[in-house]
Amino acid sequence: MAAILIYSEKRPLALELLTAAAVIAQDTDLDVKVVCINNNEQADEMAGRGATTYHIQEDNLNLADTACVAAALEQAVNKLDASIVLLSSNRRGKELAGRLAQKIQAGCLTDVNGLAVVEGKIQCSRNALGGAVISIQRIETEQQVIALTPRSYEARPVQEGGSIKQLAIEAVSSPLKLISSRGKAGDTVDIEAADILVIVGQGMEEEDMGLVESIAQTLGGEIACSKPLATDRKWLPEDRIVGLSGKKCKPQLAIILGVSGQVQFTVGIRDAHTIVAINNDENAYILQMADYAMVADLKEILPELKGALG
Amino acid sequence: MNIVVALKQVPDLQQIRIRNRQPVFDGVPYTIGSIDKNALEAGVQLKEVSGGNLMAVSVGNEELEDTIKEALAGGADEACLVIDDKLADIESSSSAALLAAAIKKIDDVGLLLFGEGSGDNYSGQVSSRVAEILGFPQIGYASQIELEGQTARITRVLEDSEEVLEVRMPVVVSVLSDINKPRIPSVTQILKAGRKPKKVLGIDDLEIELSGDRTITTLSSLAPETDRQRIAIKSAADLISALRAEGFLGR
Repeated sequence: MAAILIYSEKRPLALELLTAAAVIAQDTDLDVKVVCINNNEQADEMAGRGATTYHIQEDNLNLADTACVAAALEQAVNKLDASIVLLSSNRRGKELAGRLAQKIQAGCLTDVNGLAVVEGKIQCSRNALGGAVISIQRIETEQQVIALTPRSYEARPVQEGGSIKQLAIEAVSSPLKLISSRGKAGDTVDIEAADILVIVGQGMEEEDMGLVESIAQTLGGEIACSKPLATDRKWLPEDRIVGLSGKKCKPQLAIILGVSGQVQFTVGIRDAHTIVAINNDENAYILQMADYAMVADLKEILPELKGALG
Repeated sequence: MNIVVALKQVPDLQQIRIRNRQPVFDGVPYTIGSIDKNALEAGVQLKEVSGGNLMAVSVGNEELEDTIKEALAGGADEACLVIDDKLADIESSSSAALLAAAIKKIDDVGLLLFGEGSGDNYSGQVSSRVAEILGFPQIGYASQIELEGQTARITRVLEDSEEVLEVRMPVVVSVLSDINKPRIPSVTQILKAGRKPKKVLGIDDLEIELSGDRTITTLSSLAPETDRQRIAIKSAADLISALRAEGFLGR
């Protein structure tokens, strides 16, 4: 029977793919099969979540070489009779998606944030035109490669019925030499994981950032920003950027200060549960996409807020 | 050695307006994708250090002859364009096939540069597909590129790590938007751009067969509906009460 094949080099993302695959599997007759490469720990965990897991152990496979990983997955697709390949749309996953799709002559969509099966066919939603619109698209080819935006689905919980089998493939030799690899230094705050975000934009003045920090701390939230504050003004590191060129966040509460609300920004926060926006311009678009909208001068309102929060 | 930079002509996103949830393209001019401009600048800087010829390659409708002047003013030495009115809105797999076929006609390709995602669709597939068609190795998400002889040394930035890789050229590299700041062309460069060599090909000039079937169908494409309460708040005290009522305080 044809199958959905899942692969991500990142364990948490692979667990999300399991949940996404189940959405497709429940309305089709496809089996779900997970591939792990040179990663015992991940293979064990996937099996522990009830997945039929295939482990490729091949020392000569260069995981930094997208062409090599794609060649391994092409063999897995053939051996496991997969018609749908689900990857994560993180950087490695996106790079892999195009290469694998070309190898297996598949139609491909990346940055997909939702899946549904309608009349037996998979529909994918993704942002287009820089986030201005959401497109619902369908891949028409027999073979399909779909890369899912991280955090679009919850991780699959622990469940019974998993298994691990070894899968033999032939590794292609790699012309890429890995000289060094190191973890990224610096900011370790993950704004995507925060429940509460206080987000600042160009309407802020630098001297008021202390007040914002204090308010964020009282609320138990993290500070994030629109792109210009990190790239032009350099008040905050770039991994705090919300929006098209930064992170897509889904906090419970977003308090948005001095951001006008261009679509390049709002695409990164429109999935927040509750949005509070404060802006001195009553016509700012951000006020229209807020649950609580306040027209006020930040210079006046920030000290008041800090005082009221205690 | 030729350094080739592949560019995509896209509608200027800053000028697209939304009406009744539909994007309005009337009067929106074409431009080169924002990250593609970083790829171009990367090519210009490498050429300045290592020499070679910088060639811009693109696929699009007839507007492309005009749009590409931006790249020629930005520092490309020449352009190779595949132009056909059918190519206004093609999907990634077709773009990749056409670009690869055009690049095959270029001798001595060393470095083949892309932006990590196009300005409009940002799907990031084309560089990977072209690399596969040409049989080149690829390195995505580059923040630094150094060339030494036939070797390229690339720093690739992932979400949580950075890796430095070495590879013998030819190689496909996609760059991040923070790899550089594209220069603003001077008036002289803009004037010279019109006189730089441009080779224009049609689909028939390429050894390629494009099947007319689309691999992707777009069922709808609409601005998201905002379903927010839009409750007007007048004072800090009101906001605090609202946050308390929603359970966000004293957590």
